[in-house]
Amino acid sequence: MLNQVEVKHLSKAYSYRKLFTDINVIVPDRSVFVVLGHNGAGKTTFLRILCGLIPATSGEVLFTLDGKSLSPREKRAQIGLVSPDLELYGELTAVENLEFFSGVRGLPFTLDRAREILEMVGLKGRGNDYVGTYSSGMKQRMKYAYALLHDPYILVLDEPTTNLDEKGVALVDSVIRRQREKGIVIMATNEPREVSYADKTLSLA
Amino acid sequence: MLTRLFPWLNQGMAVLRKDLRIEFRTRYAYSALVMFAVTTLVTVSFSVGGFAPDTDIAAALLWIILFFSAMAGLSRTFVHEEETGTVIALKLAAEPEPVYLGKYFFNVALLFSLSILVVPMFLVMLNLDIAMPVAFVAIVFLGSLGLAGASTILAAIVAKAGAKGSLLTVLAFPILLPLLIGAISGTRSTMSGVSMELVTPDLGLLFFYNGIAVVASLLLFEYVWND
Amino acid sequence: MIWQIILGIWMTVVIVASFLYMPATQGLGETGRIIVYHVPAAWIAVLAYLMAMVNAIGYLRKKDIRLDRQAQINAELGTIFCILATVTGAIWSKGAWGWYWNWDPRQTSIFVLLLIYGAYFVLRSSITDSDTRARLSAVYAILAFITVPFLVFVIPRVYSSLHPDLINIPQRSLDMDRKMLHVFLSSLAGFTGLYVWMYKVQMRLENLLYKQAMKREG
Repeated sequence: MLNQVEVKHLSKAYSYRKLFTDINVIVPDRSVFVVLGHNGAGKTTFLRILCGLIPATSGEVLFTLDGKSLSPREKRAQIGLVSPDLELYGELTAVENLEFFSGVRGLPFTLDRAREILEMVGLKGRGNDYVGTYSSGMKQRMKYAYALLHDPYILVLDEPTTNLDEKGVALVDSVIRRQREKGIVIMATNEPREVSYADKTLSLA
Repeated sequence: MLTRLFPWLNQGMAVLRKDLRIEFRTRYAYSALVMFAVTTLVTVSFSVGGFAPDTDIAAALLWIILFFSAMAGLSRTFVHEEETGTVIALKLAAEPEPVYLGKYFFNVALLFSLSILVVPMFLVMLNLDIAMPVAFVAIVFLGSLGLAGASTILAAIVAKAGAKGSLLTVLAFPILLPLLIGAISGTRSTMSGVSMELVTPDLGLLFFYNGIAVVASLLLFEYVWND
Repeated sequence: MIWQIILGIWMTVVIVASFLYMPATQGLGETGRIIVYHVPAAWIAVLAYLMAMVNAIGYLRKKDIRLDRQAQINAELGTIFCILATVTGAIWSKGAWGWYWNWDPRQTSIFVLLLIYGAYFVLRSSITDSDTRARLSAVYAILAFITVPFLVFVIPRVYSSLHPDLINIPQRSLDMDRKMLHVFLSSLAGFTGLYVWMYKVQMRLENLLYKQAMKREG
């Protein structure tokens, strides 16, 4: 069955300023797709359109899963996003955050599942601390917990290693490798280390 | 839409639980609401002095206090999501309807806890007697419910518009006017104790206003929430 | 161009006729002549607001920014005519009943309409992004339109009205003087023409401004 992400004739303009025009890409199953470009080239905007967070000026993004094209509402369940401007609830603990996002996605929640995910992103033993008290590197790890919680088919990473130390970077590496074995990774980055994972790249001028 | 209502309600409850939890820890919206209400209440009580005012005036004063307090607190829940940047995480995880329902329930909870505190204070400080207590409680209940029902989607609009000062009050007043007039008229009747027949139309109006406000908001919320 | 000239002559004739050709109404006397302006202005206000509402729904369905501009122009025109109807109504009220304003149900509803569109323009001016502005103001216009009918039920029970009932017109008021009816209907047609013309001018202006902005930004 066909699994892929297809970007068709995608254009975006902010009021009258054109950001990019007529982008056509097919991201096949089990691959890593990297979006390159200098600051302000529209990488983040491209990823946001892909996630359905903002509308495109023209064109569309099609998610095909098991041969079926997904509706905008179905897409939501298949995306995990890590992005610098995404924030989790600082007034809640890490476990409470995960409990909330499971609940709102209509998924069952168990403490074991939460512990398992927190351990995977390297936040073992910190699950009952408020996310607001986390350091910026820990917050970044917490975003991975948020993105992987519902086991999405597509992992969208904007600047994946922001604020992360050596161990964190290794963590991101393993997340990307594991995701490639079962789905798609779409990344916006200029880090050579991450770009080296790319099966396909797109350069935004 | 009806078959999806149940999961929506379930997910909406998750949003409500989350908001209540945050509210208990920060008292972000409730303190604004209560302080506003108490300040205006005390001002009213001072200016009226020891006299029990006419029921016409007392009913209007009560709803003016509730309306402006509601305006001070109800937009907080959406504005907070925008300000802290959690809106992206929420938008990606939740469908629009559960978000609306959760925020609506949260605002209802806020207004009920406000009414439970402020209405008895109002009656005591202004030396008022209620001739028809049960009907009076019903009017206050439906009136607060309606304030939350129509304001929640407007609060989302205001949060998207950059939460400019008194924008919520400006937007909400014409939309809430039928509710306010009905609630004031009902409160007046139940205070002075006319026959139940005169109160029923007000109860009916408040009831239908609530229903229509929530259904219309549920249908339109998607357009406010998604860019 | 020819239509503007015809419209100009038409409206001039209507104005002159409303004072010279049309007789003073029974009961209302000379102030009754204002009916030639008051009712058509109110009619255009309702028509334009209705069109603004239709445009708002259309925008939410098709996301075509031109529909938003049409909604805005209709809301602006509706507000101009609504103010005219309010002012002429108040003048007439003074002549007929002795006061300019008394929170008559009709006056209250028209006042709330002005409040709603006042809020609508405040909302529009507070949002810079044109798509967001279009979406949020469309939602607001629809919400307002849904809740306004409640006023029709609630206000008459609280305040009584002196305004002639327009929905169940009693037989005798249908016997409008024949000459008066001529002038009244001509005025109605003239006002509608005026609305269409103003709408077209505004639309052309908006389109030009849009094109100019496009050109400036490359």
